[in-house]
Amino acid sequence: MALKMVKGSIDRMFDKNLQDLVRGIRNHKEDEAKYISQCIDEIKQELKQDNIAVKANAVCKLTYLQMLGYDISWAAFNIIEVMSASKFTFKRIGYLAASQCFHEGTDVIMLTTNQIRKDLSSPNQYDTGVALTGLSCFVTPDLARDLANDIMTLMSHTKPYIRKKAVLIMYKVFLKYPESLRPAFPRLKEKLEDPDPGVQSAAVNVICELARRNPKNYLSLAPLFFKLMTSSTNNWVLIKIIKLFGALTPLEPRLGKKLIEPLTNLIHSTSAMSLLYECVNTVIAVLISLSSGMPNHSASIQLCVQKLRILIEDSDQNLKYLGLLAMSKILKTHPKSVQSHKDLILQCLDDKDESIRLRALDLLYGMVSKKNLMEIVKKLMIHVDKAEGTTYRDELLTKIIDICSQSNYQYITNFEWYISILVELTRLEGTRHGHLIAAQMLDVAIRVKAIRKFAVSQMAMLLDNAHLIASNTQRNGICEVLYAAAWICGEFSEHLEEANQTLEAMLRPKVTTLPGHIQAVYVQNMVKLYASILQQKEQSGEKEAAQEITQLMIERLPQFVQSADLEVQERASCILQLIKYIQKLQIKEVPVAEEVIALFAGELNPVAPKAQKKVPVPEGLDLDAWINEPPSDSESEDEKPKTIFHDEEQRHSRHRQPEIDEEELARRREARKQEQANNPFYIKSSPSPQKRYQDTPGVEHIPVVQIDLSVPLKVPGMPMSDQYVKLEEERRHKQKLEKDKKKKKQKKEKRGKHHRHNSLHTESEEDIAPAHHVDIITEEMPENALPSDEDDKDPNDPYKALDIDLDKPLADNEKLPVQRHRNVETLKSPDSEAPLAEKKSKKPKKKEKKHKEKEREKGKKKEKEKKKSSKHKKKKHKKEKEEKSKDKKKSKKKSHHSEEETTESVQNGTLDDEPLPPMSSYRLLAENPYIKMTYDIQGNLQNDSQVTVSVIFENKSTSFLKSMELNVLDSLNTKMLRPEGSSVHDGIPVPFQLPPGISNEAQFVFTLQSIVMAQKLKGTLSFIVKNDEGSTHEKLDFKLHFSCASYLITTPCYSDAFAKLLESGDLHMSSIKVDGISISFQHLLAKICFHHHFSVVERVDSCASMYSRSIQGHHVCLLVKKGENSVSIDGKCNDSTLLSNLLDEMKETLSKC
Amino acid sequence: MIKAILIFNNHGKPRLSKFYQRYSEDTQQQIIRETFHLVSKRDENVCNFLEGGLLIGGSDNKLIYRHYATLYFVFCVDSSESELGILDLIQVFVETLDKCFENVCELDLIFHVDKVHNILAEMVMGGMVLETNMNEIVTQIDAQNKLEKSEKVPVSQVITCLNIPQVWMGTACSPALLKALQRLRTCYRGVGLQTHPVVDGKSRAVSGQQWGG
Repeated sequence: MALKMVKGSIDRMFDKNLQDLVRGIRNHKEDEAKYISQCIDEIKQELKQDNIAVKANAVCKLTYLQMLGYDISWAAFNIIEVMSASKFTFKRIGYLAASQCFHEGTDVIMLTTNQIRKDLSSPNQYDTGVALTGLSCFVTPDLARDLANDIMTLMSHTKPYIRKKAVLIMYKVFLKYPESLRPAFPRLKEKLEDPDPGVQSAAVNVICELARRNPKNYLSLAPLFFKLMTSSTNNWVLIKIIKLFGALTPLEPRLGKKLIEPLTNLIHSTSAMSLLYECVNTVIAVLISLSSGMPNHSASIQLCVQKLRILIEDSDQNLKYLGLLAMSKILKTHPKSVQSHKDLILQCLDDKDESIRLRALDLLYGMVSKKNLMEIVKKLMIHVDKAEGTTYRDELLTKIIDICSQSNYQYITNFEWYISILVELTRLEGTRHGHLIAAQMLDVAIRVKAIRKFAVSQMAMLLDNAHLIASNTQRNGICEVLYAAAWICGEFSEHLEEANQTLEAMLRPKVTTLPGHIQAVYVQNMVKLYASILQQKEQSGEKEAAQEITQLMIERLPQFVQSADLEVQERASCILQLIKYIQKLQIKEVPVAEEVIALFAGELNPVAPKAQKKVPVPEGLDLDAWINEPPSDSESEDEKPKTIFHDEEQRHSRHRQPEIDEEELARRREARKQEQANNPFYIKSSPSPQKRYQDTPGVEHIPVVQIDLSVPLKVPGMPMSDQYVKLEEERRHKQKLEKDKKKKKQKKEKRGKHHRHNSLHTESEEDIAPAHHVDIITEEMPENALPSDEDDKDPNDPYKALDIDLDKPLADNEKLPVQRHRNVETLKSPDSEAPLAEKKSKKPKKKEKKHKEKEREKGKKKEKEKKKSSKHKKKKHKKEKEEKSKDKKKSKKKSHHSEEETTESVQNGTLDDEPLPPMSSYRLLAENPYIKMTYDIQGNLQNDSQVTVSVIFENKSTSFLKSMELNVLDSLNTKMLRPEGSSVHDGIPVPFQLPPGISNEAQFVFTLQSIVMAQKLKGTLSFIVKNDEGSTHEKLDFKLHFSCASYLITTPCYSDAFAKLLESGDLHMSSIKVDGISISFQHLLAKICFHHHFSVVERVDSCASMYSRSIQGHHVCLLVKKGENSVSIDGKCNDSTLLSNLLDEMKETLSKC
Repeated sequence: MIKAILIFNNHGKPRLSKFYQRYSEDTQQQIIRETFHLVSKRDENVCNFLEGGLLIGGSDNKLIYRHYATLYFVFCVDSSESELGILDLIQVFVETLDKCFENVCELDLIFHVDKVHNILAEMVMGGMVLETNMNEIVTQIDAQNKLEKSEKVPVSQVITCLNIPQVWMGTACSPALLKALQRLRTCYRGVGLQTHPVVDGKSRAVSGQQWGG
């Protein structure tokens, strides 16, 4: 055996540490995974060792492996063990590992609460620091709730090192537990003026993060921040504050006006580029928020633009990038001032740096005009060709589409050119944005009527060359354009010149390799095509040709009927039957074309994407009400749909009389326009000049150039948008000449009068007329649609919870949860109890007290603060009393509170403040080498026959304790409350397990009949000890002592009420005297208050009256007098037995002093 | 807020990863790979900001990085951070490492990733900048190191390295054995672990080639 141990030890000697592990991994490059799994096995062995150093070493190695991508959550438990090591070295390793791998889903995380609390109050600042750092990474809502108060205390720690960490972590606490924001905010605000710059910076940091999400709640802090900004010299703090102001100014323009001056001063004076940049940024934000037009601010814009130009021209790419970034912000409100730097921005488009090019692209968006759109897009198309890397190319693609389609195609003068650009873009390989191009094609074809003919011809070409586009299924994105192409060709088939050819292209077997939704569109639209071909053939009397085309459909359609896609299959089989029927009719020589075409008659109107959402609920319509009475049987369900849709409006239905003459159409269009104009809710495309042109009289006179499309359009894969640029130039030139002619004429007439007319020679924006008479149809919106855009907000914003008004004064019930006994009303079942008890694990009050002691010694300054806070508590305390009867939960809080309160008020009331020895109300219940139990009994105010026993179980061993079960032998008077249905001999399972070194608290409820006597109950705790050798069953007997004091609940009492009570005469009296008391009077009172649940009513010199109440409503009054070396206590109570028992207990307590 | 801090070498081998948001280990690796992919193909003289880290957050986020010899230091931040400020912070971080490791090189980071974490913890906490003053950071690190040393019995300093339990050694180690152990250790260091002094980029590059793959 001994030999074995030594051998084991020698093995240990060759244990790997982190360095060895790293070295090992580097030496096993070929079989790294195998080596690591071997190492993990070793680590598992090491984790089983008792030696904490070995465990820590193992955890340290695991942290390294986590970085390499190995899941180490299985060791979470061991990590907690290392975290709870007493040595800082190990603790730090544990917390590091925890911060790397713990998260909200880690189930053992709740075991850490007590450990963290202990570390937070550790005398060693680095223990506290390391706990705060760790906690910042894995704080959960439960941890935040349980520890908020402890962290709040640390915000006033003497060491700035702790203060700054505590301040910073509060942000995480707020996020996880928003209720803590209001109670903690005043102190956070205080920290803005902390003497230590680090703490100050941390506070600024936290408030900036908070304000960024919900700026309006922090406006009231603006003066304070303004002061900080003008006084602080710390650039980090300044940057944060200036950024914060950037977020605040949009809400308060007056603030912006005030800011301009100090900010411009900073811009002129600072040498730090980072600060300069942030100043410029905020000035821009201010200028955006101020309505422009103020003359004195144009100087500020000029200053910003000028500084930004310097940044962009700088050789440092970082500055260049940021300059462009800020420039794009100015662009939104002051496009003119940016447009003058167009040269610079176009230059940046050629930069070798992708980030810079992307930023320049953003700027281009605002720089285009009708004049330069083609030129700019042409440049971009060149970049598309050159671009390596799909990300940048996709970005270019979206930018081109964005630029062209912005504000309702405002800058497009030639839609043929735009369509060919779109077609060219389909040649991009591997783009993700096929659907974008498709959407644009559809949008343009539907809304710009004049372009349909051209669009259809282009789309037919695309369909013909579908094999090029869809040749590779990996290039999935781009085949989306076929969706658009098929639909356009089908819907506008009347414009198709060679419909036969297109139909054949759509029927190719290759089509079946396309995605299902595209095939479905194919199937549907080939019928449209078929219908128009049929009509054409019948009109020209080519019966044979008509039958041929029907035959072709019947031959080819079955390939779609076999499709695995449900939609395709359904449509195809439906259509196949239809066509077979048509064939029958054709054989009988019945003309069918008119009827077939009627299937697709009518025109589709574009509908705004938000239209559906915007349909307002008509008055008097309750959507939640039953239309019919709830169905009693299933039969009525079949009828429901009919009644719902019976009277539906026919407005959007496609059915319309097929033969509408031009006149009728024009009349309707006119009527619609009229209606739109009169409807205030109709979203008009007012900024679009196209619309303007269209409305101005005489647009018909705009010259339209006929384009010869014959040559380039039929050749697939050849760039052709370029020719439009040329054509467009020619056209414009012509236009200009004509205009010039006109002007010359005018000038001749007006010569001598208006010399300045010359300036009109430069081609201005408005001079360019569109090449086509384009009618951009606006998207339809439902009548009475609400124009609001509220629906764009994301309801799932995680920061929404922090949108809390901070200026409202704190209400009484708003305070951080303090450690206290939970009010267990009834123990329904152990299962429902389990999670609660585990979450709310607590530590003995002793620690808190100790911590208080420490704080007390921190000097006079602290003392003052304390007094203030105790005053504060008193106030709360009073109010609580009023609410006592109402608030169930609070009563418990109160009882505990007043305990602290009285002790504190006693201490603070006297001048000779001496530290009070730490007190704990927890008494030892039983102890053995495995486990230690301490307990405390609290009365239950809500129920006059119940008390709650809180037992802290502390695992003293190195083994795992589980299946703990607590049982007591009930007496006639006192019984443990067991879940319903269990017998009196059943124990109650303790709702948790105990890892080594961990303690946790469970609560048990007892019912009593009489409370006048102290009670003792015998009980047993049984549990299973599990360690390496196996598991053993252990038992621990205990005696639970219910003292009479535990039936008392600290209840404050006013002196007048107290006097009345004594006068009433229905109280029995008794007294005791204890000699040999050496402790001071206030300590003595504190002891009585704490251990016997009394409160001080009045105190005069060395004489005090005290009061308490039992759970069954007995009044207990005491008069305590201190003599030289003795104390005499006179008591009065409703029940003499209770009184004598209480006094006996008190005697015992006092004799120990 | 800082969302993540990554250090990896020219070959994409992670040297430190710190995520201030929860990601699964697989996602973390994917983020590291993707970030490396984005960062590594950039030239030396382009700007240090990058968008398009699709995996971490959305469009609000940026990658801000610096490249030192064989190592990339990448910070993923959202718009509340000042870009130039973060660049300075990276510089402070590297200078602090240099001070704490005395001429830091990739090897220090490889073998003492825990120490790097500890240094980082003094600068950034839970995604927020904690301290930017290098002297302050170094003071705290030194104090913690001192504390760590004080926790070790002089003998066990060596022992814990080799994990010899107390049982075997009795209460104290004989001086002779201690010396022997030390010699063993320095010797081992001499063979396996020659540290490359970092003066210029060249020698670092060499060490990177040797160890980086």
